[in-house]
Amino acid sequence: MTTEAPVLPTATPTRGRRFATWLYAYPGAQLRLLLGGPLGWMALVYFGSLFVLLLSAFWAKDAFTGLVVPFDWSLAAFEALLGNEVYRTIAVRTIGIAALVTVTDAIIAFPIAYYMARLASPRLRALLVVAVLMPLWAAYLVKIYAWRTILQGNGPADWLLGFFGLPGPGLDALTNSWLVFSYLWLPYMILPIYAGLERIPNSLLEASADLGARAGMTFRRIVLPLVFPALVAGSIFTFSLTLGDYIVPDLVSDAKFIGNVIYDNSNLGNPPLAAAYALLPIAIMVVYLAVARRLGAFESL
Amino acid sequence: MRTLRIPALMVVLGLVAAACASPAPSGMLEQLGEGEGELNLIIWPGYAERGEIVEAFDWVTPFEDETGCIVNTTAMTDSNNGVSLMQSGEYDGISASGDATTRLIQGGVVAPVNTALLPNYEDVFEGLKGLPHNTVDGVPYGVPHGRGPNLLVWNTDAVTAPPTTWDVVWEGGGDYEGQISVYDSSIYIADAALHLMATQPDLGIQNPYQLSEEQFAAAIDLLEAQRDNGAQYWGTYTDQITSFTAGDVVVGTTWQFQVNLLQGDGTVSVDATLPEEGSTGWSDTWMIAAEAANPNCMYMWMNHMMSAEANGMATVFFGEAPTSPQACEFAETLSSGHCELTHATDEAYYDQIWYWSTPQEDCADDDDATTCVTQDDWVDAWTTLRGA
Amino acid sequence: MVESAWVRAGIRIASVVTVAFLYLPLIILAIMAFSPSPLLVWPPTGISFRWVVEAAANSALHRAVINSFLAAIGATGIALVLGTLASFAVQRFAFFGRQTVSFLLVLPIALPGVVTGISLQTTFRTVGIDLGLMTIIVGHATFCVVIVYNNVIARLRRMPRSAEEASADLGADTFVTFRRITLPAMRTALLAGALLAFALSLDEVIVTLFTAGPGTQTIPMWIFTAIQRPTQLPVVNVVALLLLLLSVIPVYVAQRISGGEAAGVAR
Repeated sequence: MTTEAPVLPTATPTRGRRFATWLYAYPGAQLRLLLGGPLGWMALVYFGSLFVLLLSAFWAKDAFTGLVVPFDWSLAAFEALLGNEVYRTIAVRTIGIAALVTVTDAIIAFPIAYYMARLASPRLRALLVVAVLMPLWAAYLVKIYAWRTILQGNGPADWLLGFFGLPGPGLDALTNSWLVFSYLWLPYMILPIYAGLERIPNSLLEASADLGARAGMTFRRIVLPLVFPALVAGSIFTFSLTLGDYIVPDLVSDAKFIGNVIYDNSNLGNPPLAAAYALLPIAIMVVYLAVARRLGAFESL
Repeated sequence: MRTLRIPALMVVLGLVAAACASPAPSGMLEQLGEGEGELNLIIWPGYAERGEIVEAFDWVTPFEDETGCIVNTTAMTDSNNGVSLMQSGEYDGISASGDATTRLIQGGVVAPVNTALLPNYEDVFEGLKGLPHNTVDGVPYGVPHGRGPNLLVWNTDAVTAPPTTWDVVWEGGGDYEGQISVYDSSIYIADAALHLMATQPDLGIQNPYQLSEEQFAAAIDLLEAQRDNGAQYWGTYTDQITSFTAGDVVVGTTWQFQVNLLQGDGTVSVDATLPEEGSTGWSDTWMIAAEAANPNCMYMWMNHMMSAEANGMATVFFGEAPTSPQACEFAETLSSGHCELTHATDEAYYDQIWYWSTPQEDCADDDDATTCVTQDDWVDAWTTLRGA
Repeated sequence: MVESAWVRAGIRIASVVTVAFLYLPLIILAIMAFSPSPLLVWPPTGISFRWVVEAAANSALHRAVINSFLAAIGATGIALVLGTLASFAVQRFAFFGRQTVSFLLVLPIALPGVVTGISLQTTFRTVGIDLGLMTIIVGHATFCVVIVYNNVIARLRRMPRSAEEASADLGADTFVTFRRITLPAMRTALLAGALLAFALSLDEVIVTLFTAGPGTQTIPMWIFTAIQRPTQLPVVNVVALLLLLLSVIPVYVAQRISGGEAAGVAR
């Protein structure tokens, strides 16, 4: 509360005050003014551009010059996509790794989130939150390059695996992508789970223990269902970020992902194909988000 | 008599004027004006250096100081990337290879060049003027930057017997499984076709860029075998350099540029050669966008890049052949024997180099009966090869 | 304590391993920043500060820093306004489609960046808008809105309306109440949201690559091009290390003002 001079109503109300009174009388107008800005922006900038993207998937490309002719309708892009099974292979591979990364991150995130939420002292907890957030501030590209250094021939990974007599990963293994993705998105999974676990009242867990349940059962029957929406919230990011990424597969492996196809085609002269293929991750994520919302994830974001 | 003389004179003058003024091809700059202050270029990496890699090699800052055109560059990964970037309309010029030039010219994306406005053009080697990939009906669509072959590079410690043919990256690659480094672009299919010209002559391949369905399929088979042998694909030259340095790869296809950098660094010992079957290569042209926002700056740049200092410096740095005797002279001061080494005046040498060209449906020949696999199909096939 | 000793020990060990895992590449990064070799050679052959010197002298980097900050400030500003407006609308009013608003706002961040990037680029080019700093700001603002929205709405849910009602009873109109009562109470949520949006904008690379013009570079774009030039690789490491060290302060501050509300820290 500030201690300025009180604003007393004057004999003739100011324009601001008259507007405020009018707004009070018409809450509908107030709502529309509030929503107008954000929704207008979203509609024009975001959904408008998504719509143009959708349209551009149906535009033809001149066969020789490669120039895209806007509004010259053609199904060529879709024919190319459906006719070549490599696009299906790539889609399956991407979705598979995205799911694997999500599960991996959930498993890794849980112990540390639990520690932060329930076992750590308040000071340690604050420190750990900062510690988990910090890697997010390291430039994304640089983290990937650090992993390249680790995974490349004669790098630390080679040296470590050499101890066990195993060959080094090299820079073309698909598992490299899984590893680096899991690393990159881990904080996005830790934080929502931490928030979700924090919200579970201690009394519930104590009651469960009092009633004779062992750790495993308490976990399965009490903790997991309660923290599930938070898990789903975190999974939105791990899944979606993996689904569209092209930089990680480019730099640490030789396998192509959905993002690679979109980026390569938009950059190598086939924007309609890129647009058509982009419809796939959009569809997947819209469905994923709808399911996630059902499961209550949006409250845990 | 007097009353007739002046109109007659006018008629004569008019006729003379009409005869002398040849209609300029549309889009050509007529007059050079003031620099616009900015220049946006698409380049091959290493083509516009400002001393960041090696301090002495800077031909951009002197240009900026002299013309006031601040240079912004975007490096392309391959010609398909370059064409796509150029089509966006946001750039003034590009250093295009032969597999980009045709598409750009046909698409009206680049404008013909008025060589009268470029004083340094007359110095350029005659053998580099009027080449089919950058000239249409005698009208030049760009100015040459340099040319060179794609080379076979190997790690001298890992590959003890210096290879002399491309065999080592194809059928002979078994010893180096997973350690072969090849260019990640659809144009590399031509290298497979080139190898087939030597190993499977009954396929009848005349031109590695214009292939029939059957020849194309054979090339793809060869590439699939290479992929299954664990080939590593380099998209940017630094990928290849770090892979060689780390020991991930020991043999592969490269540009002299990477060889120079690796030898300069010295962490691994490499050597490179032009194999006996010949090789693919490139002859690069600076082209100006038809809708260039800064045409004057672009013309100044084109002239600058044909000057002895700039061209000499640039070609020594990258490891390609200079474009004029003056550039050769200057190059000698930076790297003795450079012109000899790059065969700058040796046209016979370049007869065994197949410059990057655009695959065309009509096979780019006069024979109407033949049809060849198109550029789009090349890109599709490459996507399939890499994506599987 | 509810958990058995075994479970607790196990969780502690797992946490330590996870933190080590999180910081491993960052340690490698720090080591390579001072490695004398211009190529990523492992193990490094010594210690050298030449890359720090080069980073300080690099004028392209300076321009990129300025562009990055301008873009981040612009995007954060727009996001603050739009996010706050939207959160007020959703939290204070009941209307048809209320649930859908959060869904719509989260889409730019939930859909892959390459999709947002390519759609914005196609639209700008088709409409004929030149790519440059403004288009970057537009792209960034779009996915930063939801961050501010989440933070503010979480705060609004917990704010009692009694103070506002009292203010109205005392004769203040909507704007005065907002300025004097609501805004100060929301300050920390706005600050937390702004900090996160700022961070996100600074580090964003994929959408930026699609919406930037040829002459405009942000820090991540500079990193992206520098990383493709051999002798610039270690300079990149130095820059990244510096950014990381500098970011300790705002991260700590954001954590403190968010108090216990780790939620709303998504992205």
